[in-house]
Amino acid sequence: MSGNGNGHAYKVVLGYGTCGIAAGATAVKEALEQEVESGGYDVDLDIAGCMGLCFKEPVVEIFDRDGCSVVYGDITAKKVPQLLEEHVGKGQVIEDWVVKKSEDPNACDGDFLANQLRVVLRNCGKINPESIEEYIEIGGYEAARKALTSMTPEEVIDEVSTSGIRGRGGAGFPTGTKWGFARKSPGDEKYLICNADEGDPGAFMDRSVLEGDPHTVLEGMILAGFAIGARQGYIYCRAEYPLALKRLDIAIEECHQKGFLGENIFGSDWSFDVKVKKGAGAFVCGEETAMMASIEGQRGMPKPRPPFPANSGLWGKPTNINNVETFAAIPWIIAEGGEKYADIGTEKSKGTKVFCLAGKVRRTGLAEVPMGYTLRQVIFDVGGGIAGGREFKAVQMGGPSGGCLPAEKLDTQVDYDQITAAGAIIGSGGMIVADNRTCMVDLARYFLSFTQDESCGKCTPCRIGTKRMLEILERICEGKGEPEDIEKLQILAGDIKDASLCALGGTAPNPVLTTLRYFKDEYEDHILNHKCAAGSCPALITLYIDAETCTGCAACVKVCPTDAITGEKKEPHVIDAEACIRCKMCLSRCPSESIIAE
Amino acid sequence: MEHECTCSTKFADVDDLRPLEEIIERYGSEKGALIPLLQEAQDAYGYLDEKIMREIAKRAGYQFSQVFGVATFFAQFRLKPIGEYLIKVCHGTACHVAGATQITDEVANQLGIKEGETTPDNKFTLESVMCLGACALAPIMVVGDDTHGKLKPTSIKKVLKHYAGPSGSQASEGDDAE
Repeated sequence: MSGNGNGHAYKVVLGYGTCGIAAGATAVKEALEQEVESGGYDVDLDIAGCMGLCFKEPVVEIFDRDGCSVVYGDITAKKVPQLLEEHVGKGQVIEDWVVKKSEDPNACDGDFLANQLRVVLRNCGKINPESIEEYIEIGGYEAARKALTSMTPEEVIDEVSTSGIRGRGGAGFPTGTKWGFARKSPGDEKYLICNADEGDPGAFMDRSVLEGDPHTVLEGMILAGFAIGARQGYIYCRAEYPLALKRLDIAIEECHQKGFLGENIFGSDWSFDVKVKKGAGAFVCGEETAMMASIEGQRGMPKPRPPFPANSGLWGKPTNINNVETFAAIPWIIAEGGEKYADIGTEKSKGTKVFCLAGKVRRTGLAEVPMGYTLRQVIFDVGGGIAGGREFKAVQMGGPSGGCLPAEKLDTQVDYDQITAAGAIIGSGGMIVADNRTCMVDLARYFLSFTQDESCGKCTPCRIGTKRMLEILERICEGKGEPEDIEKLQILAGDIKDASLCALGGTAPNPVLTTLRYFKDEYEDHILNHKCAAGSCPALITLYIDAETCTGCAACVKVCPTDAITGEKKEPHVIDAEACIRCKMCLSRCPSESIIAE
Repeated sequence: MEHECTCSTKFADVDDLRPLEEIIERYGSEKGALIPLLQEAQDAYGYLDEKIMREIAKRAGYQFSQVFGVATFFAQFRLKPIGEYLIKVCHGTACHVAGATQITDEVANQLGIKEGETTPDNKFTLESVMCLGACALAPIMVVGDDTHGKLKPTSIKKVLKHYAGPSGSQASEGDDAE
């Protein structure tokens, strides 16, 4: 943004997405409003969506008249008076709290952002998501206006095809080709659906885009609706995202007022409208045919394909479905040109991809990087490496359909084909980093329990096969595994992959297969030696206290539910292994990290 | 989050059909409206009582089996009443890796109930949910409308204490974050 808007000395922008609110942004907001009022500061207060700096939430960015800005992290209501007094009142930056300065992008933790390339997230954290004016001010809806008033639908599809963008929901199908199918499919009545049912545990980029820049998604949908010939669009959004739903409702209402949605938009002869459908909690509804069943008001169960949605989709009409992140990139592609997008990335994976960094990584948050970055660059350069100085063990990518890659795969480029060849998938972009305290057998068990729970039950391989795999994994984690179990898992995995009706079942065995591929020794350790080296599986570990480092503070004694810990004051304590139920309450309480699980 | 309090004091009694009539009227004969109908009915009554589902079937033109089929398919629909505060412990991947199981265990331990149950005083209902999308603050749980992040098993007692008082008294958000 140029300058700071409307003539105030400073503009103070608070990150106000779900992460920020969960970290206490509401209290900060109230404190800011109160202090600005009582202190008489010359400040324009505004909110923005998530900047992606989740590890520093709540985040406040202060712009001066020249548009230079300083981002402050870990702001609390208590810090607000000092922040305003020093930065706004005296013009002095509080260096200790700085995350990033616009004139020095590498300051402190600023390299989290400096190592990114933001296309999809270009406006997130910069504009007020509840104001269409702010979006228009930075060029919003220009791409849609240009397309609807000066391009043919075929030209829009060509531009998207030139960009090389592939569906960001997980499958990676070329978006231009998909639109081409829907365009050519005969019929006057066609539908467009935006998949905002972000069901992969560990992925939150769609939520962040919807909360931070809902108009970009709507503009992408207008362009897609025009391109394929759909007059009605649906956004199928998870009910677990109340803030995203609220901001979508506001954005759609604003579009109606401006005439960007409805009849004859931008003065063209094209009419297009969007309705929000709130999901009801079923992972399988991320699958296209299941999602359409749910929009029609039925149980969300997949159907065999063909017929494909492009021929017979919602209400039996030609339908095109894309993910939030795909739609969010479209306005940029139309505005800047497909070739510019295709210049970013690798030969077969163009553009940028948003990853959600979470787990044991130092800086958690949203990382948008060009395709072709290595995993090491994403996790270490952007993410800052492993939290707590521990050792990197694996990165889980693609959620329950994906896999875990070990340290020797860190130099793999993020590219659809390379990640798939390594055994994981890019999927929707979740990246959960595991350190040496994460048990890979338990992680595989976790994902199987997820898919087993979410299996719709329609086809037998998925319904019963995942159940049998889960039983075996539970047995292994309980120390009751048998040597043949590994082979049984492999045979079952093959059968489920081959015979399941939809991708939920077809990919369900992946977390087991990749952990068997890279961490087979952990399975063997569980089965043969009854050991969990990560100290995670309760049945296979013993908790003890390191007498060297224990300070005898007795904090553990107070939290132990079975009174299994004893010791004299200020002397090393001991755990009675017989009485210990391995709940690890003591472990999370110990200030000197003296309790060891092995 | 600041909007829409869903505490049980606001729920209608299942014998009072006026809220339901209003909801059905609003959706009229809209195609595929069964799921939003059930969602709004649940918002109004706190859960989907059989009586409510039968009324929806009769008044909106569905078979009862269709209504019941949809209500039991989706995780969001509840067939039993809930307490004043619904506790949702997130079990997404990041939360799992960060110890969500211990969080659920400790909440269950503190409240003396199992997952899916409600305390005898109707104060709390404990649920496990899939990813809430605030992975950076893992492990997290939502109590009523408040999200609590970066939890430890040892911080649960303090969090619950905020809500244990008389109805309506709530914690300030994020005060338990490190």
